[in-house]
Amino acid sequence: MRGEVIRRVRGGIAALVLVGLVVAPWVVDDYTTAILARTLALALVGVSVALLTGVAGMPTLGQTAPYAAGAYACAVVGSRVSDVGVVQLVVAAAAGALLAALTVPLVVHARGVIVLMITLAIGELVVIVLGRWRSVTGGTDGLAGIPAVRPFWGLPALANDQARYLYALVVVATLVGAVLVLLRTRAGLVLRAGRDDETRLRASGHRVALHLSGAHIAAGAIAGAAGSLLVVAQQYISPADFGFDTSALLLLGVVIGGTASVGGALVGAALVIAVRDWLFGVLPGHAPLVLGALFVATVYLLPTGVNRARGRLRPPGAPALQPEQPAAHDQATVAELHR
Amino acid sequence: MTGLLEAQGISVRYGSLAALDGVDLRIHDGQRHALIGPNGAGKTTLLNVLGGSTRPQRGTVRFDGRDVGRLGPAARARRGINRIHQRPAVFPTLTATENVVVAALPRVIPSRRWRPGGRRHAAQRLAGPLLDQMGLTAVAAVPAGHLAHGQRRQLEIAMALAGRPRLLLLDEPAAGLSAIEVGRLVELLQALPRAVAVLLVEHRLDLVYALSDTVTVLRDGQRLAAGTPDEIRTSPLVRQAYADGVA
Repeated sequence: MRGEVIRRVRGGIAALVLVGLVVAPWVVDDYTTAILARTLALALVGVSVALLTGVAGMPTLGQTAPYAAGAYACAVVGSRVSDVGVVQLVVAAAAGALLAALTVPLVVHARGVIVLMITLAIGELVVIVLGRWRSVTGGTDGLAGIPAVRPFWGLPALANDQARYLYALVVVATLVGAVLVLLRTRAGLVLRAGRDDETRLRASGHRVALHLSGAHIAAGAIAGAAGSLLVVAQQYISPADFGFDTSALLLLGVVIGGTASVGGALVGAALVIAVRDWLFGVLPGHAPLVLGALFVATVYLLPTGVNRARGRLRPPGAPALQPEQPAAHDQATVAELHR
Repeated sequence: MTGLLEAQGISVRYGSLAALDGVDLRIHDGQRHALIGPNGAGKTTLLNVLGGSTRPQRGTVRFDGRDVGRLGPAARARRGINRIHQRPAVFPTLTATENVVVAALPRVIPSRRWRPGGRRHAAQRLAGPLLDQMGLTAVAAVPAGHLAHGQRRQLEIAMALAGRPRLLLLDEPAAGLSAIEVGRLVELLQALPRAVAVLLVEHRLDLVYALSDTVTVLRDGQRLAAGTPDEIRTSPLVRQAYADGVA
């Protein structure tokens, strides 16, 4: 009964947020709308970080790598091949998935802090490549003048910030819906089980490395698609969009939102990007301080994240997670033998 | 007669310590086989070798006529060797039903006509009766981390059975259970299908005698004796080994 009420309240809040996001471009100015579109792209990368960190149990600082691969693939295709959004989206997702697939052998056999270090290194390497491969990426100058996208064949180009924002919103809503469906399937269940106890999952006969590889590639595709949205929102990209600070902010956002929750990841990532971008103007030079305070406050007050705060409101008497019971002492057997 | 599982000449060393030294073990289809011995005899090490989590320096392990010595725990589980751990190993954030579904997935056979989620539905159909059999229907929707120790043990047995095992490796299943829970455990293990062979490692000899039809005794990594529970119970060699091991 209580679970049903919580589900309904959450559904109501999600519906209200969605309605708010749909009407936002008519309420706020163009500058804010442009920031919101960029925030949506980063929130989608946050979803891919949550998929790896919270669901699959692989904390990552490297989702900016497939994000960048998707963005540059989209920018190149958008400038030279097609201005159709669906085409760019598919190409960007494929580029992100391909990069993730190439890094699978480095990532899926490592655990914990080692994964963080490896993914951080991959992200930094990608930024270096983007800066040096001038013929394709434009080097540190980036790629500018990317034509406005048409969502589909026969539709007009998205000429203003409102239209670009709504396109990004539709894509994010669709992909987040797909992720939520995925998490309810067998694959999602097995990933959650592996996060709980990988050794136990293996002992049940599951190919753990295969499942983690699938999750890594799927997260790469999502981040790649998010890269395409960044191109649509900015019509300009450079390596600076994919640096370590972006990786760290995304992980921070996902931790704040609750690592195991897609909705929490969206909220958390959006929150930190909003804090960074809006406070940049309001409190020049103090945004990192506010972000740090936000992170410390969240970890201290809501260690399971904003979205899971209700777990702290458990009524007295409700069962809590049982600690592992110690193994019983070895029991004397001589007496029994002599019986 | 060929056994379901045949381990020959198993040797495992940790530095200068010989945990197992040329141990042979044969388990037949449906057999209830117990492995006993004083602390440090090598019982759990042998279970690890058979389950695939420890690779022996010497020796072979054949299951159902095939060499499985190079296979890990996952591949052995898919062939039908499942294990119950000394401390119940369940997925704490998953419900009891989801735990059983996850355990069933690698070996479940969906209907011939493919449909989305078919394999999971097949596993789901398996979970209900298994939880019922273990007396866990009332907590089917409760996360396993919220269950009591004894319930987790029952859930782990349900998970092992969901994997359609041909050989169940039980590592001190009564550890940490109350007297009432131990009684329930004995009932559950006695009710296991006869098609499932069992290798039980247990310190409590009353359980060993109640559940097994063959007993192998290990001491200092070597096989000391093997026989029926009555033979082992009256063996002076075994009594001496236990007296030495505990002293």
